[in-house]
Amino acid sequence: MNPKIADKVATTVLYIISGIIIIILASLLGYILFQGVPHISWHFLTSPAQSFEAGGGIGVQLFNSFYLLVLAMLISTPISLGAGIYLSEYAKKNWLTDAIRTSIEILSSLPSVVVGLFGFLIFVLQFKFGFSILSGALALTVFNLPLLTRNVEDSLRGVSDEQREAGLALGLSRWETVLHVVIPEALPGIITGMILGAGRVFGEAAALIYTAGQSAPALDFTNWNPANIASPLNPFRPAETLAVHIWKINSEGIQPDAVAVSAGASAVLVIAVLIFNLSARYFGNRLFKKMTAA
Amino acid sequence: MDPIREAMLKKSHSAKLERRGKTISLVCISLIVIVVVAIFFFVASKGLATFFQNKINLWSFLTKSVWNPSMKDAHGNPEVGALPMIVGSFGVTFLSAIIATPFAVGAGIFMTEISRKWGQKILQPVIELLVGIPSVVYGFIGLSVVVPFIRHIFGGTGFGILAGTFVLFVMILPTVTSMTVDALKAVPRHYREASLALGATRWQTIYRVVLRAAIPGILTGIVFGMARAFGEALAVQMVIGNAALLPKNLVSPASTLTSVLTSGIGNTVMGSLENNALWSLALLLLLMSLAFNLLIRWIGKKGELNK
Repeated sequence: MNPKIADKVATTVLYIISGIIIIILASLLGYILFQGVPHISWHFLTSPAQSFEAGGGIGVQLFNSFYLLVLAMLISTPISLGAGIYLSEYAKKNWLTDAIRTSIEILSSLPSVVVGLFGFLIFVLQFKFGFSILSGALALTVFNLPLLTRNVEDSLRGVSDEQREAGLALGLSRWETVLHVVIPEALPGIITGMILGAGRVFGEAAALIYTAGQSAPALDFTNWNPANIASPLNPFRPAETLAVHIWKINSEGIQPDAVAVSAGASAVLVIAVLIFNLSARYFGNRLFKKMTAA
Repeated sequence: MDPIREAMLKKSHSAKLERRGKTISLVCISLIVIVVVAIFFFVASKGLATFFQNKINLWSFLTKSVWNPSMKDAHGNPEVGALPMIVGSFGVTFLSAIIATPFAVGAGIFMTEISRKWGQKILQPVIELLVGIPSVVYGFIGLSVVVPFIRHIFGGTGFGILAGTFVLFVMILPTVTSMTVDALKAVPRHYREASLALGATRWQTIYRVVLRAAIPGILTGIVFGMARAFGEALAVQMVIGNAALLPKNLVSPASTLTSVLTSGIGNTVMGSLENNALWSLALLLLLMSLAFNLLIRWIGKKGELNK
């Protein structure tokens, strides 16, 4: 074939492929939003779920998702910060560091079911936390740690060495330099990564089925004593999240309006992820502008 | 001791802080390593119990095709043949990767070589968003759109490997695409300029130069996508039909390692053979994700040598 014709043909094919992808993606998003958004109402977002009759909401599940997210981020943020600091500031170039990096890489590529099963074995059975928010938050921490750590490390590495040298030249210790010079400069990247991680945690289900459980007992939203079993804040109660709820009602099929509820819940999940993505970009840019006075 | 000597010999405030800080960060990193080791140790000890405690033959576990751990076959051996799940897992993984690759590479070329502006403006944000969509949502859409569609065209229940493949294809497409884009962007500009200067058309440049140079990166992306597809649980479990049978064709109900695990582990008693056999499947999953990891490293090393 004439090279010029081949060029035209190939370009056309590439346009078609890109077009197909955009159509698939657009119809996917459109389907979720058009099917789901009409079901979203204040009643849907706040009332508890019904097992055997139509008209249930996702109030408890929505609260569980957010509570679990907050707990998981509270546990994983400090650990990933410390680990990221070690890797970017203290780690020497030797076999030990290589081994650490490899194990983090392996952890990040583990299927989330395996993480969930590990959580089931250790947190639920061994530590006797039962199916609880705490077990779920710990499993999500395991799931989230490698990616957050890598994000912290990359952000810290992005800070130029002159900044570190300046800190050390002023007589600060390395640790003080990291805390007061390097981390503030790397903060926009770190925050962006944390918010994106939060979005991933929000939609995770496979790691939670056997750790946070698949039941959502009724909550008493007037009782804020964490020790009480009906209190929303109690970390030892089982807590089905939104993502787990979608999976459960679809695989059980005893709820008469399962399709409607899962369409609505899917739309809520996707919108939440959208908000996480947009806010990650927004806060990242804003912080960057503030820090660099640009 | 005079105060000056004492002050010189004592550790300074900064030195103490430094030591404390270093210890804290070391504790954090060790925690992660301990978790990784613990995952391997516990899953392996549970998964190997099938072979050591229940004396199941490893070979028959991997090759027999009847999965019914609570029953015994004619020889009095429990029926734990994991072949249907292994075939299901590899089937959906390879099929979805085969379908996703041309799309991902095509979109990647479009975004980097043909129209950077449109790529950046439209494809990039959409793909970033799709990476973030939770897998249950993909599963739900598969259940409410793909399965009825397949039922309509091919008859039967609609559940099966084809439905799983389609859901996974859409799931891994953004991952593979964004890694392909990174690989193509990493090809130095002067490669393209040299080729164009020789009188090659754009397509010749792409096909003979840019793609060749980016192959290790693209392969890494594909393996990454396959690892994701292999480990994906809920989306697949919702559309594959969950019948632990050797799939006869692409539209008969089947099962994967992950789907059997998610639906089974809660219904078996800890320590029983049924349960141990499931943990063996989890171990298999773990080892496969390790294998994908090694494959990615190997491709990376090969790619470096070629430069």
